[in-house]
Amino acid sequence: MTPAIELRGVTKRFLAPSGGIYTALRDLNFEVEPGEFCAVVGPTGCGKSTTLALISGLEPPSEGEVEVFGQSVGGIAEGIGYVFQSDAVFPWKTVLENVAAGPRYRGVSNRDARERARDWITRVGLAGFEDRYPYQLSGGMRKRVALAQSLINGPRILLMDEPFSALDVQTRTLMENELLNLWSATSASVVFVTHDLEEAISLSDRVFVITAGPGTVKSTYKVDLPRPRNVAEIRFQPRFVEIYEEIWKDLRDEVLVSYERQKRGAA
Amino acid sequence: MSALGEQAVRTGPDLAGRRRREARRRQLNVIGGRVLVAVVILGGWELGARATVIDRFFWSQPSDIAATLWRWFTEGTDLGPLWLQVLVTMEETVGGFVVGSVFGVIFGVVLGRNRLLSDVLGPYIKGANAIPRVVVGALFAVSLGLDIKAKIATAAVLVFFVVFFNAFQGVREVDRNLIANARILGADDRRLTTEIIIPSALSWIVASLHTSFGLALVGAVVGELFGATEGIGELIYLSKNLFDTAGVFAGMALLAATALVAEALITALEDRLIRWRPPVATETRI
Ligand SMILES: Nc1ncnc2c1ncn2[C@@H]1O[C@H](COP(=O)(O)OP(=O)(O)O)[C@@H](O)[C@H]1O
Ligand SMILES: [Mg+2]
Repeated sequence: MTPAIELRGVTKRFLAPSGGIYTALRDLNFEVEPGEFCAVVGPTGCGKSTTLALISGLEPPSEGEVEVFGQSVGGIAEGIGYVFQSDAVFPWKTVLENVAAGPRYRGVSNRDARERARDWITRVGLAGFEDRYPYQLSGGMRKRVALAQSLINGPRILLMDEPFSALDVQTRTLMENELLNLWSATSASVVFVTHDLEEAISLSDRVFVITAGPGTVKSTYKVDLPRPRNVAEIRFQPRFVEIYEEIWKDLRDEVLVSYERQKRGAA
Repeated sequence: MSALGEQAVRTGPDLAGRRRREARRRQLNVIGGRVLVAVVILGGWELGARATVIDRFFWSQPSDIAATLWRWFTEGTDLGPLWLQVLVTMEETVGGFVVGSVFGVIFGVVLGRNRLLSDVLGPYIKGANAIPRVVVGALFAVSLGLDIKAKIATAAVLVFFVVFFNAFQGVREVDRNLIANARILGADDRRLTTEIIIPSALSWIVASLHTSFGLALVGAVVGELFGATEGIGELIYLSKNLFDTAGVFAGMALLAATALVAEALITALEDRLIRWRPPVATETRI
């Protein structure tokens, strides 16, 4: 079976503001199966967001191959949903217009797009808020809009960049459970970037640990916890704790490296 | 009563009523303050002129200015009825404002979207912007004649640069995340421009319209000073030639009143166009 996502020997360099060249990712190898929920963890600045940008086609790799369903990625890849790290819903569009944007851009008539948008707004629990502007919503509600905006296009791959990191703990747990519910009704592969190991394990089938920058995959772990899961409770299971301890040993070293570097950089 | 008891009394619906009363009182204070400022300035001026501390011949006096305005209003001006002068100047102003804004937005968006074009044309636009622009009024008076075209062109040039730079900057400052999101959602270049770039730049553009309406008025009046047969600017010019300072001030008062009305209209337009922005606290507006 062709993997949903495949990165082979991917290196990404950026022109640093100082004029030098900064290597964000080095020789990254990475495979996601169709329908698989993968989490990517790593210290800040290790290149997690960059990895998603490469998969989506927003950025080209400097070296190596990025393939989505066996097709080499050049430009924006088809069938991708992307929930950005910072707020990316359109502030001048209402909730309804925001969610309807994708279908409209893909040639669906205005009426049908709105019809489908209403359905998705209900599914993410925002019924009654169709005519609000984003500034009139809470952070959690804006994330729901972003989620509906992506899912309405029926993506085969959903990229999520620390989507819930700005939310309070209760809202976050709620959103995590809803994400799992919504995802289980699709056959999409998910790449979920987070710096929160608990979140990574609760949600995913597999966890990738990325090294402190330049990022590369340090190790991968299978999460053999049964589904459906309740994120609020799963962290108390003995198996969860075992997996957590195993991955944390690995991740801790990278976080320390990154931390030491930041300290030196700041000094 | 103790402070604690007082606090206990001030709860519930009473609080909302208190807020409303406070807001009303505040508003009355503002209006009263405004009247006071007018009384102090105009009264001081009038008294100064009567006590001959202020030379009436050069600086006129409020009662003369009011009398001139009244005469214009009831008997008409030397150029014809007053409403016609106001109308002519408004036509020139609005015409220049619209032409300048439309070109400013188009050039701003196109150059903001096209790096090569903006790099090529950048120095020319900056150079043109460095010329004191009212002098183009002289050029247009010669090349376009004495009718409304020259005034519209002068006003449009003044408006163009302000709107252009704001639109350009607005396009350049569009949040890259929003562009990335729109592209992922399937937006093509046209959709990106109409649905992301322009709405995002709109708050910059609309902000510039406040300044540029005033400039359009400047352009229209300057155009009239360079040669015209009607308009408030021409009225001022004529009064100046007759050493009628009351007429000059009366013309200025008319211009100020027009500008204030226009400002209110643009604020209303802004609220309509940018409904998606959290409402600005009204106190910060002036
Ligand atoms: N467009 C860019 N230009 C220059 N440097 C960049 C750019 N994007 C990311 N970087 C750098 O690449 C590194 C990885 O960034 P990122 O992928 O955002 O990390 P993460 O998401 O893991 O925190 C960072 O050091 C960042 O400064
Ligand atoms: Mg990131």
